[in-house]
Amino acid sequence: MRKSVLTAIAAFALALPISAMGAEEEIHLPKQTWSFDGVFGKYDKVQLQRGFQVYKEVCASCHSLQYISFRNLEALGYSEGQIKALANEYDIDDGPDEAGDMFKRKGRPADHLPKPYPNDAFARASNGGALPPDLSLMAKAREGGPDYIYNLLLGYEDAPKDMTLADGMNYNKFFPGHQIAMPQQITDGRVTYDDKETPTTAAQISKDVTAFLMWTAEPKLEIRHATGFRVLLYTLFFTILAYLLKRRIWSRIEKH
Amino acid sequence: MSTEKSTARKIFEWHEQRLPIVSFIDHAVGSQYPAPRNLNYFWNFGSLAGFMLVTMILTGVFLAMNYTPHESMAFDSVERIMRDVNYGWLIRYMHFNGASFFFIAVYIHIFRGLYYGSYKAPREVLWWIGILILLAMMATAFLGYVLPWGQMSFSGATVITNLFSAIPVVGNTIVTLLWGGFAVANPTLNRFFSLHYLLPFVIVGLVFLHIWALHIPGSNNPLGIELTAKDKIPFHPYYTVKDAFGVGVFLLFYFGIVFYAPNLLGDVTNYMKANPLTTPPNVVPEWYFLPYYAILRSIPNKLLGVIAMFGSLLILFVVPWLDTSRIRSAVFRPVYKAFFWVFVVDCLVLGYCGSQHPEGLPLILSRVGTAWYFLHFLILMPVIGWLETPKPLPASISEPVLNPAE
Repeated sequence: MRKSVLTAIAAFALALPISAMGAEEEIHLPKQTWSFDGVFGKYDKVQLQRGFQVYKEVCASCHSLQYISFRNLEALGYSEGQIKALANEYDIDDGPDEAGDMFKRKGRPADHLPKPYPNDAFARASNGGALPPDLSLMAKAREGGPDYIYNLLLGYEDAPKDMTLADGMNYNKFFPGHQIAMPQQITDGRVTYDDKETPTTAAQISKDVTAFLMWTAEPKLEIRHATGFRVLLYTLFFTILAYLLKRRIWSRIEKH
Repeated sequence: MSTEKSTARKIFEWHEQRLPIVSFIDHAVGSQYPAPRNLNYFWNFGSLAGFMLVTMILTGVFLAMNYTPHESMAFDSVERIMRDVNYGWLIRYMHFNGASFFFIAVYIHIFRGLYYGSYKAPREVLWWIGILILLAMMATAFLGYVLPWGQMSFSGATVITNLFSAIPVVGNTIVTLLWGGFAVANPTLNRFFSLHYLLPFVIVGLVFLHIWALHIPGSNNPLGIELTAKDKIPFHPYYTVKDAFGVGVFLLFYFGIVFYAPNLLGDVTNYMKANPLTTPPNVVPEWYFLPYYAILRSIPNKLLGVIAMFGSLLILFVVPWLDTSRIRSAVFRPVYKAFFWVFVVDCLVLGYCGSQHPEGLPLILSRVGTAWYFLHFLILMPVIGWLETPKPLPASISEPVLNPAE
């Protein structure tokens, strides 16, 4: 009986057409250590400030951060005055005024970081048809998260001989399909850090901007980690009490 | 003790005479409900599922205060909850992961029922209501997954609603009604939000019926035998305290995920705003739907695939009659016990296959797994019931202890 059933199953499975085995290539992302890893993980504010500088000087010319306002940058350790001054550097579209006209004004802390392009069509037209994605959530929107961003920024190479890149595309060993529209941006010395001590190697710059993008994706990570620790401690305490109470109450019946 | 009643007692009794709600609760889950004394920790998952239902409704109500069901604002409103609403990140991560933990509790609860034969006479209606709760939960979870209007929300909504187009004649009309138009768009999101808010209260109603139906025969137990009064203990305090401990342990896992890996169970693709012009390379549902998804995709014909998928759930309704054994508990059924665990593995294999592209080895595995799923219910359950020689049943819980020589 059992044997015939198994034969039937095998016949069923084999009789049906079997398509080609999956051709998708697994891309291995070398894991990095991050200050925000683990139960007690926190952001390194100085690193986030460096990362913001990289975003501002390199990424911001093409990529928006639509969910971030200037005021949010207080979390990076900037003072209110510094944020006002920073916002003031930007011209923001506002209006209409009493006469019905749109106008430009200086940025305020409550403003969102301005987008580099007025709309997606404009962004595509300026980038050979490719749309530079918003980066606010990038660290949560790709497999591998921060490790993906870090490796991608450093993953530019010459294309293998047997591969022809499409027009305007670049080879990146960590990008799915390996053809990415964005050219290499992060190179040694691409930015100059104020502190003069932090090396401005491509690896360090990539690491800093990645940490910053993790913050834009998950700005509540620190309070989540801290709250979680206290919540789990309390829950553990409650659970132990409940267990002791359970034992005491159940001892009434288990005795006889 | 004074024989004189306190004022509070008098007020309480006055109220109880008019609406005996405290006595009602006491009979339902209190000192007046006699429960078997030998329930093991697998019996904790019913109360855990109830606990998660309440958690989901509470967090959901607060999310709804800040959520905007509009195709161009839904995603942004969820991000606003995550960033600007006080503790919005906590409420949303609790709700998002709460769905997973609700399913974990319910799935263990169902497998416990299958192992100990809790679906057998006289508990068939209790089992039916449980299946209805599962179906309502699955609908609610699917509707809720669409609400953030991320890329996977949109693709999921498209794939799942399109299943109904496989129904002959009326299929396309049904799909148009589900969409509120001719594509997944704003009207779809609006009605999904409305129904996502409605169905949990339908589940609450079903849970009342479930508990009512439980109280007619009383709880099953690991031995699966009828118990006498001396083998029963009052639900309160014995099982209320045991359930409280169970909630504590469960919360440790739940909070561990909520606070330290809140996106582990989600798909990264859903952190991208829905874009009808693109489709993710691998459209997959949340983990709790993966086995059904594998069944759906294992069959190369759409209508048959849909029938198999819904059939895999609907077959549960007739399990009380497919199982021909009069012995409830698998403890005394060595052959059924072995095949029960094979079935558990089968469900896990199907879950894995559901997460993979339907090609190559995963496709073969999902076909074998699907065949085995139905084989288990349609052939193994009745045949094992007829052929198996069960172990001798004890007359009562205390008997094996009292007569160890036997």
